[in-house]
Amino acid sequence: MNKTILCVALAGSLVLTACTTERVVLLPSADGGQSGVVVRDPAGEVLLNQPYAAVKRRLDSNVGYQSSPEEVKERYANVLAAQPARPRSYVLYFEAGGNILTQESKAALVNIRKEIAERAASEVMVIGHTDRVGSVEGNDKLSLQRAEGLRDLLIESGISAEKMEAVGRGERDPLVPTADEVDEPKNRRVEINVR
Amino acid sequence: MIKAHWVAVCMAVGGLIASLPAMAAEQAGMIKVSMGLVNIERDGKKLAAEVGTPVLVADRIRTAADGSVGVTLRDNTLLSAGPNSLIIIDRFAFDNTTQDGNMSVSIRKGTLSVASGKIAKRTPESVDFHTPTSVLGVRGTEFIIEVLGGSDE
Repeated sequence: MNKTILCVALAGSLVLTACTTERVVLLPSADGGQSGVVVRDPAGEVLLNQPYAAVKRRLDSNVGYQSSPEEVKERYANVLAAQPARPRSYVLYFEAGGNILTQESKAALVNIRKEIAERAASEVMVIGHTDRVGSVEGNDKLSLQRAEGLRDLLIESGISAEKMEAVGRGERDPLVPTADEVDEPKNRRVEINVR
Repeated sequence: MIKAHWVAVCMAVGGLIASLPAMAAEQAGMIKVSMGLVNIERDGKKLAAEVGTPVLVADRIRTAADGSVGVTLRDNTLLSAGPNSLIIIDRFAFDNTTQDGNMSVSIRKGTLSVASGKIAKRTPESVDFHTPTSVLGVRGTEFIIEVLGGSDE
């Protein structure tokens, strides 16, 4: 009985997939980093790990081949043209131990406001960070204060509060790794990620 | 004793089912690009996928022959679909503070481009893409999936 059900289910899935052809093409990553995709099916797995490495799949056949920028342009111009703009990060720095922006960072805010205004349906993640002076809990609080302070500054300048989210990452994510209790200006920062 | 146990289990399961609709409403991302005819199917209703429309977990995004769409997920994953495509956001969770999360997206037909985001960078094993016949795992990456002759459901 169980076998019959299994066979029927299998036959059903074969009919469903018999006429599909699938293709996967790995693209070079925008940041130039290492990338890869693993394609798994019941027969095993294929690893694509070079730019334009591709696989064409049909029932019972997996054919690897080398695609090219030309083929990608020809087959996939539509889908690639619809890709959203890449998210962009800005980093602003603070004077020691508080939430006053450095002079340069105040100036950079102008560009950030412009970018937020120009993007379609923009959303903003404001992420606060601290150096390792003080306790972990204290730094969680301070990093969130920094993020919220900056978010409020952006709200005051006319950016809708709805599109913004403020998060404190404390001392977990230093730009420059240091020992505990080291005063490192580069780690006292807020990252503004616009997407 | 056994009875009480079963009541507890039933209540737990009941609670889980009751909480499902709330879980399904979690926001995964937002429509950033929309060209031609593009719809989101949610709870049996069809919505126009205009720029700025939130994309929720369990949404089905469908493009017509003249349609294409771009979505940015909350972890900065970029997705786009070409004409005659059906894409489903099966699963998405992302915690901004810890940056932990997971996601699973299906392509039933058409074309899908992916530029992976923060979840794939931190925990690549918790990100996957499903086609009608395979599962793709990513390692911080950009790629295209095409499904010809896929299903409409």
